Amino acid sequence: MALAKRIIPCLDVENGRVVKGVQFVDIRDAGDPVEVAKRYDEQGADEITFLDITATHEGRDTMVHTVEKMASQVFIPLTVGGGIRTCDDIRTMLNAGADKVSINSAAVKNPDFVREAAERFGSQCIVVAIDAKKVSQPGEEDKWEIFTHGGRKPTGLDAVEWAKKMVALGAGEILLTSMDQDGVKNGYDIGVTRAISEAVNVPVIASGGVGNLDHLVEGCIEGKADAVLAASIFHFNEYTVPEAKQYMRDKGIEVRL
Amino acid sequence: MATVAVIDYGMGNLHSVSKALEHVSPGTEVIVTADPEKVRNADRVILPGVGAIRDCMAEIRRLGVDKEVAEAIASGKPFLGICVGYQALMQDSEENNGVDCLAHFDGHVKYFGDDLTENGERLKVPHMGWNEVYHDDHPLWEGIEDGSRFYFVHSYYVKADQRDLVSATCTYGLEFDVAIARDNVFAVQFHPEKSSKVGLQLLQNFLNWDGKR
Repeated sequence: MALAKRIIPCLDVENGRVVKGVQFVDIRDAGDPVEVAKRYDEQGADEITFLDITATHEGRDTMVHTVEKMASQVFIPLTVGGGIRTCDDIRTMLNAGADKVSINSAAVKNPDFVREAAERFGSQCIVVAIDAKKVSQPGEEDKWEIFTHGGRKPTGLDAVEWAKKMVALGAGEILLTSMDQDGVKNGYDIGVTRAISEAVNVPVIASGGVGNLDHLVEGCIEGKADAVLAASIFHFNEYTVPEAKQYMRDKGIEVRL
Repeated sequence: MATVAVIDYGMGNLHSVSKALEHVSPGTEVIVTADPEKVRNADRVILPGVGAIRDCMAEIRRLGVDKEVAEAIASGKPFLGICVGYQALMQDSEENNGVDCLAHFDGHVKYFGDDLTENGERLKVPHMGWNEVYHDDHPLWEGIEDGSRFYFVHSYYVKADQRDLVSATCTYGLEFDVAIARDNVFAVQFHPEKSSKVGLQLLQNFLNWDGKR
């Protein structure tokens, strides 16, 4: 028996509300992140990720209250990402009850921030989020680059080298989103997932592009991811978390049922 | 009102532990504190902890938490160690080039290693996620099925010398001790406050426990 592969539903939260909505047949207000998180906990989700897409300062205060509320009602690990730029941001979220924070563009801007954060709060709560896009042409050796600004801005940084550097600086986990796949529902980019998972000694969460349960299986088996993150397939009741887990178990993957 | 003191030495997510306790037992007063008087007066005591052991031990000694722990253990009241609060009860840890701990139990805290494998697969360190816990019949496991999965985050593991004190084990490349029990003391490596239903059940059992095996 072994450590279970984790299934992590991800919620985009704006001004304290889940955006794009989440449909559960039996909860009245599916826009409340706390209600949604509770339901995923009951279904057996292994963790929850809140991605704060709020632009305003006031909205960010709302997020802190949302995290506080969730932490007093849902007892599985919670990661908060989006707009984490300073050690004060991290302290605020951890004090509110988050277990981990995910750092994205602030790490690209200043890699040393990751070292500072890991030294201060411990690697176990520092997740570095990487948005990678394939830049090699067919026939060339595979190469992926880091992009920022929702995949619009190339950075010239090699994704695998970047992941290794982030871990060396203290990242305790890598949240890898393959941009060319994201939202397309063609599955994770298995190549980059596997390349990074084999290159680092910390857990890697695969994200981006999940359209069906086989994609979760591929992410774990071929991509060698330690956890799989998905949004829309769970939010719109295409599949429930228990269905996903049963399917993965049938394919020989260790899960928590 | 029954009281439980969660010892606050500035390390770790005390919010989660106290919220989980309040959730399972609204009738219990949860006091997050480092004040020796409050710890002394509490009916039960919890020593949590997250982060590097050197920093944790430094704060434990600086704030006199070592004495509070010794006194609580000697008093016979139910005592629960969690994660680094479990490791701190052992003799020493390999982390940070070797750190002396509180030595309430004989045994050591060791590194999982960089070449950990299971069935030919390389294993990541930290051991992060949900793993199966196999336990004995201590009252804190009441209502929790053998082999239930709990949530872990750690790179160092406990190996106790007195095997008869080991209450539960887990396997991650190697078998290690995830719970230890002696008289009124119980300590666990995983995070019950983050382990959903089974974790809450264990905390509930702790609040119901009379401190006897």
